Parts: sequence; C-alpha cells; structure tokens
Amino acid sequence: MDFLQPTSWTDALAARAERPDAVAIAGGTDVMVDLNFDRRRPGALLDLGRVPELREWAAEDGWVRLGAGVPYSRIIEELAIQLPGLAMASRTVGSPQIRIRATVGGNLGSASPAGDAHPPLLAAGAVVEVQSAARGARRIPAEEFYTGVKRNALAPDELIAAVLVPTAAGPQQFCKVGTRNAMVIAVSAFACALHPDRKTVGTGIGSAAPTPRRAPDAEDFLAGELQAAGLWDSRGRLPEELARAFGERVAAAASPIDDVRGSAAYRRHSLSVMARRAVTWAWNDLREAA
Amino acid sequence: MRITTTVNGAVHEVDDVWPGESLLYMLRERMGLPGSKNACEQGECGSCTVYLDGEPVCSCLVAAGQAIGREVTTVEGLATEGQLHPVQEAFLECGAVQCGFCTPGLLVAAHDLLARVPDPSDLEIREALAGNLCRCTGYEKILDAVRSAARRQAEA
Ligand SMILES: Cc1cc2nc3c(=O)[nH]c(=O)nc-3n(C[C@H](O)[C@H](O)[C@H](O)COP(=O)(O)OP(=O)(O)OC[C@H]3O[C@@H](n4cnc5c(N)ncnc54)[C@H](O)[C@@H]3O)c2cc1C
Ligand code: FES
Ligand code: FES
Repeated sequence: MDFLQPTSWTDALAARAERPDAVAIAGGTDVMVDLNFDRRRPGALLDLGRVPELREWAAEDGWVRLGAGVPYSRIIEELAIQLPGLAMASRTVGSPQIRIRATVGGNLGSASPAGDAHPPLLAAGAVVEVQSAARGARRIPAEEFYTGVKRNALAPDELIAAVLVPTAAGPQQFCKVGTRNAMVIAVSAFACALHPDRKTVGTGIGSAAPTPRRAPDAEDFLAGELQAAGLWDSRGRLPEELARAFGERVAAAASPIDDVRGSAAYRRHSLSVMARRAVTWAWNDLREAA
Repeated sequence: MRITTTVNGAVHEVDDVWPGESLLYMLRERMGLPGSKNACEQGECGSCTVYLDGEPVCSCLVAAGQAIGREVTTVEGLATEGQLHPVQEAFLECGAVQCGFCTPGLLVAAHDLLARVPDPSDLEIREALAGNLCRCTGYEKILDAVRSAARRQAEA
C-alpha cells in the first residue's frame, strides 16, 4: 500500500487521476474503521489532510463555500450563524474526538443514508462542487448527489472540493432520534429550513430511505398553506393542524426499512413527530425575529 | 514507510510503517508507548485518545502517515518531571480508576476540557467525556475527579 500525501489541490487531483486504486482519506473516521477491520485494502491512501484549500471556508454572495475538509468542530464554532442547520447537525455527530477530525466531505464521500450532514444540506438547497484534473469542476445539487445506498455521483477521477450552502435567510432546525445524546447513528433524522425571502420551505430526511432525500410535497404544501393564510406576511401563529399535516407528508416521503436500529413503522412515526416539532420551533423563531 | 513525528516533546523516527496502520498502532507497537489503549479500533470508546497538534482525537482513526511532522501528546506526556498532573492525581484520589483501561483516554479528554474550560459545569463535563466509555466505574467517580481537578487547578 502506498501513502500519497499531496500538499496542494492541483497535486491532489493529479494523484486522484493517476491512482484509481487509491482511497481518499480526510478525517479518517470512516476509512480507518474499514482498514482496521480489514474491510478495505486499497492500493494506496490519498491523504487530503495537507491540502490547505480543502480546510478553508469563505462567505460568497449569499453562499458559504465550505471546503470539503473543514471538520464539524469548526462548523460548530465558526458557522453557527450562517449555516444554523448544518451546525446543529454537526453538534450531534459522534463525540468531541470524532467532530475534531470528521468532515462534511467525508460524509458526502461515504454517502450513508444516516449521515447527519445530508438533511440540513438538502433543506438548505446546497450544491456539491466536485473536480477532476481532466474535466475541471462541476456542480451537483445535493439532491442529485446521493444516488443509492452509500453511493454518490462522484466519478472515479473526481474529488469533492467544497459544498456551496446558501446562507440562512430564516430559521433552520435539525432533529435526530437515537439511544443517547452522543455517539449515535441516527435511527431517523429530519432537517427543515424556512426561506421567508422566497416564501418557501426546505426539508431533508435522514436514515429513512436508501438515500437522504427531500420531502417535496411537504415543502410545497406548507409553503402554499402559509401563503394562502397570509402567514408569511402576518407572522401569525402556526396552526397545530398545519404542522401535523406537514409532518404526515414528510413521513409519507420516506421509504424506511426495518433494521437493528429501528422498525420502518417507528421511523415513519418519528419522522412525522420530528417534522411537526421542528417546523413549529422554526416558525416560532421566525415570529420572534419579526 | 518512514515516519518522523514529535511525541511528548521528543522527535521519533520509525521505519517500516505499513501505510494503512493507525497512529495508535504505531505509538504502541513501534514507539514503545503503550499508554494509549486499544479497545475498539472504531472510534467508539475513546481509550486511544491522544492530542494531535493540541486537539484530542481517537488515535485509532488517524492514519500513521497523517501524523508525519505533527505534535502528538499521549497520556505518558501529561506528567512533568515525575510529578503527576492534577487531573491524574484527582483520578487516583477519587477512585475514578478501576481496571484502568479507559483511564488514559479519559485523562487526555479531561485534561483538554480543563485547559479550555477551567470551571466546567456537569453538563460540560458530560459532553466533553461523551466519547469515552468506562465499563467499571459507572462514571460518578470520574465526574468527581474532574470536578476535583478543576478545584485543584483553581487553587494552584
Ligand atoms: C465513533 C464514530 C461515530 C460517528 N458518528 C457519526 C454521526 O453521529 N453522524 C454521522 O453522520 N457520521 C458519524 N460517523 C461517521 C463519520 O464520522 C462521518 O461520515 C464523517 O463525516 C466522515 O468524515 P471523514 O473526514 O472522517 O471521512 P473519511 O473517513 O476520511 O472518508 C470517508 C469517505 O469519503 C471519501 N472522501 C473524503 N473526503 C473526500 C473528498 N474531498 N473527495 C472525495 N472523497 C472524499 C473517502 O474516500 C471515504 O470514502 C461516526 C464515525 C465514528 C467512527
Ligand atoms: S480504540 Fe480508538 S476509540 Fe476505541
Ligand atoms: S476503569 Fe475499567 S473501563 Fe473504566
């Protein structure tokens, strides 16, 4: 096994192209488990930890360009205002030791349906920027990035450069069900984002379908009902029945399975409860801000 | 591959490191530093916690090569000149050590907490130690030890 350690993004892309047998490693919190347990024996490790470009984030016009290698601990400390949903989800990842190493790029690379970064990225309308030496950069909306259980849209010669996340224009929430407050792979998870500027709603469902996914019907339904009742402008109280109906539509968008962590029925039920609560919290935050 | 890294203030150079091995394995099996423990090799237990460039990490999840040229501090590096660190003394006195397998990782995690937050609340202690499992003590004595270490630190 070789250990490739590029110190620039250009060199990293060149190494990715030259060594199809290499596995990229960022924080290592997924890759090292596989190596330690003999589940993977790649021809090389491509360490991205020395590529400075990946460890930076920058605020661009209405967006945050989050380098793929920024760890959760820094998202929590540095981006809680701009990206509240992602920061909330980041707080629930693993343990302090894990959050210091693990990255959003690694979460996207693994593309587990249980990855906690995915629901808030979907709810916010994030775009994944990937790049190859041969073809340059391309941008993939998060919802098109997840292509199957632990599969993503990355081509073999590409690396994830960054995630472009719209700066929050309104409140965002994230909820996750698990057996503890730490070190938990989500039984089910839900994120929502209110976009009062556009009068739209964003959602993201985790651990309740082969891939992380949005609940488009629930989004349109809620945005439309809020519009019909003039609530976007009046900022009146969110009717309980509306929150409940939203929750039911979120649950209907899932296609969960039974597994060791929970049953499909429980996943669906917990999603409807989380969605109802999360959207109520978010709406109350919006009212308070007014 | 050859790896050069600073551990507990001294430069270590080791040869024939397998590129897929962990920092934990390299510390224990190649550098003669068995303080950091291997209990799960999957990031769940925290018994392998070390500082990497000043931040507490699970050394079982760091590839050895990722530590090249970095500064590592293990539990062996907490005491200075034969004098236990106040966190270590507190663990001993409070009965926070039973079989001791979790202790090295907990010491590093608690050491880090107290360096950042001199007077932590119980919630902050629980959160900071959430990545460290102990199968013996039931955690109460560990919480006692961290509170006691914080008091010692304030008095010192
Ligand atoms: C104890 C423990 C607890 C955990 N808890 C959680 C949790 O609560 N929630 C959660 O979502 N996850 C959790 N995880 C899983 C893991 O921490 C996350 O998936 C994390 O985001 C992975 O990031 P990383 O940088 O460590 O990835 P790595 O392990 O370095 O890489 C993961 C995958 O992504 C690829 N990759 C990494 N960076 C790039 C890039 N720039 N371009 C292309 N491919 C790339 C790698 O090749 C690999 O396939 C946990 C893991 C452990 C060990
Ligand atoms: S041995 Fe590293 S966390 Fe358990
Ligand atoms: S003292 Fe035995 S595991 Fe903690």
